[in-house]
Amino acid sequence: MPATNKNTTTRLGDRVFSTLSKGSGIALLVIMAAIALFLAIRAVVAIREDEGNFLTTFQWDANADPPVFGIAVLLFGTVVSSVIAMALAVPVAVGIALFISHFAPRRLATTIGYVVDLLAAVPSIIYGLWGALYLVPHMTGLFLWLDQFFGWTKVLAYDGTPARSLMTVGILLAIMVLPIITSVTREVFLQTPKANQEAALALGATRWEVIRMTVLPFGRSGVISASMLGLGRALGETMAVATVLSPSFLIDPSLLESGGGTFAQNIASQFKEAGGTGRDALIASGLVLFVLTLLVNGAARLIIARRREYSGANA
Amino acid sequence: MTYPNMTVRRTPIDPGRTTLRPPKLPRWATAALVVGSLAAGATVGLVGRLDSRVQWGLIAALVFVAATYGLSAAIEGRRYAKDRLAAILVWACFVIAVLPLASLVWETVARGVPGVDWYFLTHSMNGVLSWQNGGGIYHALLGTVQQVLIASVIAIPIGLLTAVYLVEYGRGKLAKTITFFVDVMTGVPSIVAGLFILSLWIMMLDFGYSGFAGAMALAILMMPIVVRSTEEMLKLVPNELRESSLALGVPKWRTILKVVLPTSIGGITTGVMLALARIAGETAPILLLVFGNQMINGNVFEGAQSSLPLFVYEQWGYGTEQAYDRAWAAALVLIAFVMILNLVARGIARWKAPKTGR
Repeated sequence: MPATNKNTTTRLGDRVFSTLSKGSGIALLVIMAAIALFLAIRAVVAIREDEGNFLTTFQWDANADPPVFGIAVLLFGTVVSSVIAMALAVPVAVGIALFISHFAPRRLATTIGYVVDLLAAVPSIIYGLWGALYLVPHMTGLFLWLDQFFGWTKVLAYDGTPARSLMTVGILLAIMVLPIITSVTREVFLQTPKANQEAALALGATRWEVIRMTVLPFGRSGVISASMLGLGRALGETMAVATVLSPSFLIDPSLLESGGGTFAQNIASQFKEAGGTGRDALIASGLVLFVLTLLVNGAARLIIARRREYSGANA
Repeated sequence: MTYPNMTVRRTPIDPGRTTLRPPKLPRWATAALVVGSLAAGATVGLVGRLDSRVQWGLIAALVFVAATYGLSAAIEGRRYAKDRLAAILVWACFVIAVLPLASLVWETVARGVPGVDWYFLTHSMNGVLSWQNGGGIYHALLGTVQQVLIASVIAIPIGLLTAVYLVEYGRGKLAKTITFFVDVMTGVPSIVAGLFILSLWIMMLDFGYSGFAGAMALAILMMPIVVRSTEEMLKLVPNELRESSLALGVPKWRTILKVVLPTSIGGITTGVMLALARIAGETAPILLLVFGNQMINGNVFEGAQSSLPLFVYEQWGYGTEQAYDRAWAAALVLIAFVMILNLVARGIARWKAPKTGR
């Protein structure tokens, strides 16, 4: 109970209601703890059974006897595809956010903001379907071009097979996280104090100089936390990766050719064939993914929390 | 603070000029540059025999950027040229982002519309092989609606009460911890929620696959969204309303039920519906917990069911033209379902927005 109520007698209704609401809050914490606990229990079982090294084995034969599996390829694929997605999505998202907050005519800006929010709601399986049946065939041209000029780097080599590769996954993930990064970034940009912007304008700054001197410094932490929220999404994305990627348990130096895998994709693709240890192994890889997203999201939230705005209630 | 960019380079004033305004490009300059660079791109393309129109476009874009920058730098000065460059880049970002998203919507509609009819909506896939035409999504629609309803029955009360706790009661460490973990919980990947229920409900407690198991995972995904949006809405309720109710001797819990919640009910409904739309499209936990079924199973608590997103995934997996057609049609139904929920939610938000003094 809040300290202000100390002198009044607490009514029964009040006590019931506050206990109920407090209980719900605690229930949420319990659920989070239970997720970690139950994944960990299974993960321990799996890692004990594992004949390979869980961190460094390039193989996933969890249903075999003896089971041999490791997350090296999955970790690599998850990180690489998310990094590609971030590298592509963040600059574009900042651009769109600036477009909405400072460049577009006002009426157009509201409409676009609205559409961006709607796009954030498109289910990931639809991105996956589109990615597999439309994006993959349309990537071939771009990849061949990249191969022609940068093929010697091995990283961007391409042999013309269907482009169901980590690069395509990264591009698709970039498209998917664009709306969420844009909408958070836009909110922050719109909060830039008017006085600062007008001061810059009064000094004769052009629009770009206003943005560079007031909007970007003010919104920097917002952009960082928005990107990390997007990164969290990209790391845990399942269906879009499962439909687009043609998985393998080798690390191919080329990002443009099929192969590799991600945590979530591996779970979704292997689940139906997995038996006892197989399932435990998948849950163990899920635990790693959980910890990874927990760290990324936690960091993002800490950055945001430092600048949480004033609220009307409970002043 | 020093602003390196603020050093104003004065262009020497031409004595013959009658105005003090700095020289500016005329308003039609941009249009002229667009036309000019398109022409340049086409010329280079034709002369160089480039087959891909994309290359023509890229050349035109490069010419446009270079010409705008050069012309503006020559007439208006470097600072204004930079400003124009930034504007072009920002517009380019917008166009780059719109293209794939527009293509996504267009493909889904164009490939989905032929497959959606009354038969498709009212029949299941029972006995339909992957290379055959026909079949429908009735079983999947039924599953989605049931699972989403059960998930919301679990998640909405917990979410609402938690938000009430955070805004009306919460002080100190516990409230801070809950706020933090609610935020973190929004980022839990859906497949992890699925694995949790799998490990607890199916592997440890030994229940079978069912719509209910999926609904529990969906509820975990829904709770934090409901908490966050409800919290925001409760915070918008002005303190004066609470204080006047309390001053009249109304107990706190009745103040919350009769004053605070009704004031923000519009916003809360919006948040709940957005959360519904979000979980209706989840595939991963359904794949792990509900398993998929070609037949109609109306019992949420026993036996495998299907759901719309899972249906799309399964049909995609068959890899035949007929199955692709069904996948696109089901995707269209799913997108329409989610969009309608979204639009209605936002409609309610606009209609019932709390009237604050701001």
